[in-house]
Amino acid sequence: MWPLWEVFIRSKQGLDHKHVGSLHAADAQMAIEAARDVYTRRMEGVSIWVVESKYIHASNPDDSAAFFDPANDKVYRHPTFYQVPDEIEHM
Amino acid sequence: MEVNPELLFQGKIDAEVKIEPRDWMPPAYRKTLIRQISQHAHSEIVGMLPEGNWITRAPSLRRKAALLAKVQDEAGHGLYLYAACETLGVDRETLLNELHSGKAKYSSIFNYPTLTWADMGAIGWLVDGAAIMNQVPLCRASYGPYARAMVRVCKEESFHQRQGYEIMMTLTKGTEAQKRMAQDALDRWWWPSLMMFGPSDTDSPNSAQSMKWKIKRFSNDELRQRFVDYTVPQAEFIGLRVPDADLRWNEERQHYDFGAIDWEEFQQVLSGNGPCNRERLQARVDAHEQGAWVREAATAYAQKHQRQTV
Ligand SMILES: [Fe+2]
Ligand SMILES: [Fe+2]
Repeated sequence: MWPLWEVFIRSKQGLDHKHVGSLHAADAQMAIEAARDVYTRRMEGVSIWVVESKYIHASNPDDSAAFFDPANDKVYRHPTFYQVPDEIEHM
Repeated sequence: MEVNPELLFQGKIDAEVKIEPRDWMPPAYRKTLIRQISQHAHSEIVGMLPEGNWITRAPSLRRKAALLAKVQDEAGHGLYLYAACETLGVDRETLLNELHSGKAKYSSIFNYPTLTWADMGAIGWLVDGAAIMNQVPLCRASYGPYARAMVRVCKEESFHQRQGYEIMMTLTKGTEAQKRMAQDALDRWWWPSLMMFGPSDTDSPNSAQSMKWKIKRFSNDELRQRFVDYTVPQAEFIGLRVPDADLRWNEERQHYDFGAIDWEEFQQVLSGNGPCNRERLQARVDAHEQGAWVREAATAYAQKHQRQTV
């Protein structure tokens, strides 16, 4: 069976590539052509990336609470944390 | 303190948090999803066959282009769904083997023959119509990859139904023979379409669990009723008669009452004794086997290419 590829599509110039799904193909060229046929039959894309699924490394969902914890208590990274008088404009 | 993963899981479901492939899930949830999504994928793929029968005989280029595009969409739907199913840890080959060996089921509707051009109208209108009724709630299914695949599918289905209705409408405005052809197609496809929603709620033992897991949002009978309520006026509008002597509007319920479904026929078709079961499965197996050399050639080409670039 051909390897599995993850497909990413830029729907419009100026936007990020976004994951849309996966497919099997013998090589990258075939994966790109199959992705065009499977995922862009109605002009849903202007650019396609494919990555063989085995090269994707992901964070572990079981650890996600601890893993993302460092950002949890840092409200001072957000603008609303700071007091600015109402009279001050353009800030 | 150790939290019961089953409770944590149900908590996420209740809070409408989607489950993603690497998240913990109860084995039975995974199993139910694999069965449902793969059956769904198989249905999309086998579903190409009855309509494929008429592509070369479409009455105009416009109809031919539409039918070809529709059948291509169904291939795409099958692929979205196989890909979603594979995220649950089952591989494509296993899924295909289960289809080809007859172990896996697919929608029983595709085991009926397409005898006339009007069947292309009836299928688009009724079969895709019933599929849409089933699929729209699945866009909110609790399993992320399935829900996302269904969003894509639903966006594409609407044209399928509309092109079918347009075919029926055109026929009903035609000659007497064309009108009869449209009525005959409705007569043959009506009841099998109602069966597409599955057994009655009282005979559908897995339904309650699927509802609790939010894989399913409405019961089979609810969806079937909605389909009847939407479709009967559409038939009347083009002067066709729904083949059900018990069909009448119930003012009190604000729904149509309709006749009893022949569940014996449903079970027969499901268990392999429909008019086209053997033919459909054989067509799938032949396509797979006759395509083997293409798959092998592509693999050999990819390997050769890779050796050259290293
Ligand atoms: Fe479909
Ligand atoms: Fe469809």
